[in-house]
Amino acid sequence: MMEESTYKVPTMAEMAAANETPEVLFWVGCAGSFDDRYKKVTVAFVKILNKAGVKFAVLGTEESCTGDPARRAGNEFTFQMLAMSNIQVLDMYGVKKIVTACPHCFNTLKNEYPELGGNYEVVHHSEYLQQLINEGRVRIEGGESFKGRKITFHDSCYLGRANDIYEAPRHVLEALDADLVEMKRCRTKGLCCGAGGAQMFKEPEHGRKDINVERIEEALSTGADTIAVACPFCMVMMTDGVKNKEKEEHVRVFDLAELIAQAEGL
Amino acid sequence: MEILGQILFIAVLAATGWLVYKRAILIKSTISLGKSEERTDQPARRFATMLRIAFGQKKMFDRPLIGFLHFIVYAGFILINVEVLEIILDGLSGKHRLFSPLLGSLYPVLIGFFEFLAAGVLIACGIFLIRRTIVKTERFQPARHREMNGWPALDGKIILLFEIVLMAAILTMNAADSVLQDMGSTHYTQTGNFLISQFLKPLFTGWSEPTLIIYERTAWWLHILGIFAFAVYLTYSKHLHIALAFPNTYFSHLTPKGEMNNMPEITKEVKIMLGLETPADSANEVPERFGAKDVPDLSWKNLLDAYSCTECGRCSAACPANLTGKKLSPRKIMMDTRDRLEDIGRNMQANGGNFLPDGKNLMGDYILEEEILACTTCNACVQECPILINPLDIILQLRRHQVMDESKAPASWNMMFQNLDTNRAPWKFSPGDRFNWADAVKIG
Repeated sequence: MMEESTYKVPTMAEMAAANETPEVLFWVGCAGSFDDRYKKVTVAFVKILNKAGVKFAVLGTEESCTGDPARRAGNEFTFQMLAMSNIQVLDMYGVKKIVTACPHCFNTLKNEYPELGGNYEVVHHSEYLQQLINEGRVRIEGGESFKGRKITFHDSCYLGRANDIYEAPRHVLEALDADLVEMKRCRTKGLCCGAGGAQMFKEPEHGRKDINVERIEEALSTGADTIAVACPFCMVMMTDGVKNKEKEEHVRVFDLAELIAQAEGL
Repeated sequence: MEILGQILFIAVLAATGWLVYKRAILIKSTISLGKSEERTDQPARRFATMLRIAFGQKKMFDRPLIGFLHFIVYAGFILINVEVLEIILDGLSGKHRLFSPLLGSLYPVLIGFFEFLAAGVLIACGIFLIRRTIVKTERFQPARHREMNGWPALDGKIILLFEIVLMAAILTMNAADSVLQDMGSTHYTQTGNFLISQFLKPLFTGWSEPTLIIYERTAWWLHILGIFAFAVYLTYSKHLHIALAFPNTYFSHLTPKGEMNNMPEITKEVKIMLGLETPADSANEVPERFGAKDVPDLSWKNLLDAYSCTECGRCSAACPANLTGKKLSPRKIMMDTRDRLEDIGRNMQANGGNFLPDGKNLMGDYILEEEILACTTCNACVQECPILINPLDIILQLRRHQVMDESKAPASWNMMFQNLDTNRAPWKFSPGDRFNWADAVKIG
């Protein structure tokens, strides 16, 4: 096992000062920076990047929200203010390629920043992990074995329907040699966790049921002991759903990066 | 007598043409109320999309059995129109089966093929009617979907009954025709039996020649008048999709579903606020309104979407908000938008082509705040629509108006906005703490 202290998290500012250019900028996102549960995903991904020898950097305190929840709630002013200042920072450092674990940040950076003048190659961490695995830079060995474990993958709307990324996260999970089981509503038919469109930041409207409960019932019915997610909002909603059903002793929710890190013994 | 029929036919044909034309003009003028939006780039890709989705009905085959049945009705509709052409020409010229001498032995084969389609349409429409009334497919039930109450549920059944009657008329008309041919009735051109209608001939055993002629003529008139009535009816109905599905898919979004359209009118202001541009740089036109409050604030494509909607409800059946009992129904968003357009159209007709403000708006009088607040922007509705309608785009524009013009956002959203403005994160954390997560990895 690697020494914890050997993990490096260089910032763009440090890189620039040392006159170095990273392969890729890791866009951490607000949940990845502040949410206690999702910080573990950030850490797992950083460990994977370190072990794979990827020369990456983060923006650190220079990063801001991409503006996704503001735009989707209808507040275009706040969205554009955040987007423009992010673009200023990214362009100042000459960023070319960005990887992020958040599908909302991914979608906004990739699809919505170009019209405001920000043009970058943006990849989601599921695609990036798949690539690292394919290139042999990430090897699934040295850690926990997933052989025979049942995992179900919950499609995130902003990865799937919004950007047609369905296979990359599944390829990552297949690399674990686990037993991947699908929910009835998957891929293009995947059911939302209930958090998108800024729902994460308000109480749901009145209805019969919470959306995450509807979704978790479907996930539990697969008999999987692990629910894999690839989005910080899905993580919150699915984890709450498991708690709602009092299944937290038997069923765990993990991000793709955490599962890979576990399999690598990181 | 003969000439009277011809005159009557010409009059009905002209009246139908006039009514359809007037409706088309009205629909076009209400669509033109919408804001301009560029949707003519990449013509080759657009044409290919239209061929695949509208002409080839690709998305209908997501449900193979329903897709197949729908395809029969669609193919039947298009191809049987060739026979309608003959009927129209017969009607105008006072002839009977005008194409028969021209096509010779090919004629019965062609009519046989049309009969095969007609029987298919009859069966498919029968199954569709059973799905609506007996099996009670959930997405068609007013008890579960309030937007289907009244006219919309009736409309669906009327269309199916219409088609069943039209097809029954054409098949029995041909059967009676064949019996008359067997009798050697003078006016009836010898063509021989047809594929399906030959089995219906026993229905007419024992009928006298005059009775048969009356039946054959009645069925002929019923069929053609039915088609004319249908042409006018569909401009008021959800059935308008048979025409509008084609332009609607042609002009559909070609961008990734996750991309929400930019508001350039705000970009200018933001640039000034960030000091990237000075106010003098650009003539500062402040738009009258941000987002959409009523249909003229939406894009013309949103309005075309509304007229194209077939109210099939696949969107609402897949909507996470709708299926967990929230008020939002993407189908209702589209139907409300069309209802508003129809109301405005009537208003325009009553006021010499100009819209006289009626004090109503799409937002508030048709669509409620609670509906648009329930949307998770998951794109399930957009994904499901067989003709690429985008209800989410309308929801987003209504939200923009509510939030930016009316300042009507839930308190927790206002809190989130405030956090974004001051902390640059949706939660109340200090921006200085943003990188603290790394301490855990660095120190261990």
